[in-house]
Amino acid sequence: MPEFLDDFLFTYQTLIYALGVNGLLALSMYVVLALGQLSLGQAAFMGLGAYVSALLTVKLGLPFPLVLLAAMLAPALAALCVGAPTLRLSGVYLALATIGLGEVQRIFFINSELTGGALGLSGIPTKGGLISIYGSLALALIAFAFVARSKIGRAMEAMREDELAAGALGVDLPAYKLGALVVSAMLAGLAGALNAHVSSFISPNDYGFDAAVTILSFALLGGIGSPFGPVLGAFILTLLPEVLRPLADYKTVVNGSIIVLAVIFMPRGLLAWRMGRAGAATGRPK
Amino acid sequence: MFAQQLVNGLVVGSTYALFALGFTLMFGVLGVINLTYGFYLSVGAFLALFATQHGVSIWLALPLAALASGCVAVLIDGLLLTPLRRAKAPELASLMVTLGATLLLYSLANAALSTDIRRFPPGVIDANALEIAGIRITMTQCLIIAAAGIIVSVLLWVMNGARIGLGLRALAERPDAAALMGVNAGALVRLVSLASGTLAGASGVLIGLNYNAIQPYMGEVMMLKGFAVIILGGLGDIRGALVAGLVVGMLETLTAGYVASSWKDAVGFVLLVLTLWIRPSGLFGRLAVKRA
Repeated sequence: MPEFLDDFLFTYQTLIYALGVNGLLALSMYVVLALGQLSLGQAAFMGLGAYVSALLTVKLGLPFPLVLLAAMLAPALAALCVGAPTLRLSGVYLALATIGLGEVQRIFFINSELTGGALGLSGIPTKGGLISIYGSLALALIAFAFVARSKIGRAMEAMREDELAAGALGVDLPAYKLGALVVSAMLAGLAGALNAHVSSFISPNDYGFDAAVTILSFALLGGIGSPFGPVLGAFILTLLPEVLRPLADYKTVVNGSIIVLAVIFMPRGLLAWRMGRAGAATGRPK
Repeated sequence: MFAQQLVNGLVVGSTYALFALGFTLMFGVLGVINLTYGFYLSVGAFLALFATQHGVSIWLALPLAALASGCVAVLIDGLLLTPLRRAKAPELASLMVTLGATLLLYSLANAALSTDIRRFPPGVIDANALEIAGIRITMTQCLIIAAAGIIVSVLLWVMNGARIGLGLRALAERPDAAALMGVNAGALVRLVSLASGTLAGASGVLIGLNYNAIQPYMGEVMMLKGFAVIILGGLGDIRGALVAGLVVGMLETLTAGYVASSWKDAVGFVLLVLTLWIRPSGLFGRLAVKRA
């Protein structure tokens, strides 16, 4: 590797890792929003992935790929438990239930001996890196791009635009919603595990309500017309406080304003275009 | 000992019930989950704090701070939710807008007021306590129970007895049909915002008095409990919110007393998850099914 690139990577390592991890989180939010559902549990799923992976690595010393797999399965299970009863109800219930999940989990992490209490877990060995983070991001992006062009993507978009009509046309609403939530939880768990293994330290309050809202702002800034939007949104919002140092103190103000303005004025986000599909008319949606 | 815990639980529960009542009223009539709702609690608590620091008696500060919080609620609803209502945006859009606004409002409040815990000036309320059969009830606790009781009875009377309540129930049932029947929807929306903001503000003052600790994020902490209470009570169900608030407050106090105080905040959420699994319509609710 050329020396200047080496230096660059070393100096900005944390930021580069954060960009990739936040990109993955934004994608995990996208999967749910793309169906017109709102989950506020992305931070909780991330936290679950982070804790499960850290504990497996530190206490049991399992190999990294196995750890990552477990970090995806645990949040998937949590998503099933929360999603199965709520996804049959109106969208509000999922949002509230996932907030509840996040809080119960945070209280558990703070009070449990196993998870190191309020101090969190430290000394997690560095296992991940550029390849695992950006490899996962690229894989997820490619997979979503294909899905968006497929029959599944059409069903998802139909649900977002008009759930009742989509259901009437034979889209299996509960199955799609649950599937999306589980996939989204797995991605968030993966992001959490990767993050834990590059930052070596995790604590319960990293995965609270504010984190959940930040993840939502990534997706809303980028728009959910295509999977690339949310990732771009995550990159912008992660870079912004670094580029404009004075803004760093007002990060939450910026994130909050973005959500408010995005919903009221640009409901389709910054990247208003959506994925073209084979066989679909190329006209823009109204 | 157990009786004392029950009394303390009743006090905590009535502040929860008061808070959840406004939240569920907002959802029931306006059809939105307004996440800025918790912020009005902080507003109420701080206004009462400032008023009492300037020598205003708590008996005057409580209603004034509560009403002022109600006005803030009307303002925020008008700025954020009226445009969405006009555009007939989906319900999740309004949830998201208020989510962003919550983050914004708390960050600003935090920057302006700092997260230091503030206390009411000493002697704001008589420090004596009543002793009935070995149970201690402080004046603060009396005030909380009395205030909550009065506010709840007025609200129940308005909703069920007064003509305006009929309009509100019509608006909740079918907004467009209600408007066609001559219900002034805009005015009622503002009235509901005012009423629920006032409830949040009042509960903020009472919670501030109960723990004698006031800081900007107190509304957000309560908000999370509020979700648990209104889901347990059934979304939009006034009677349910009342009972669920008392139940959650009781169970929290008992958990703190007999299990461990660090686990008491989990009570509400465990109930929330259980409710969603077993009885998603809440304690008394019928489930509203969306049909074409």
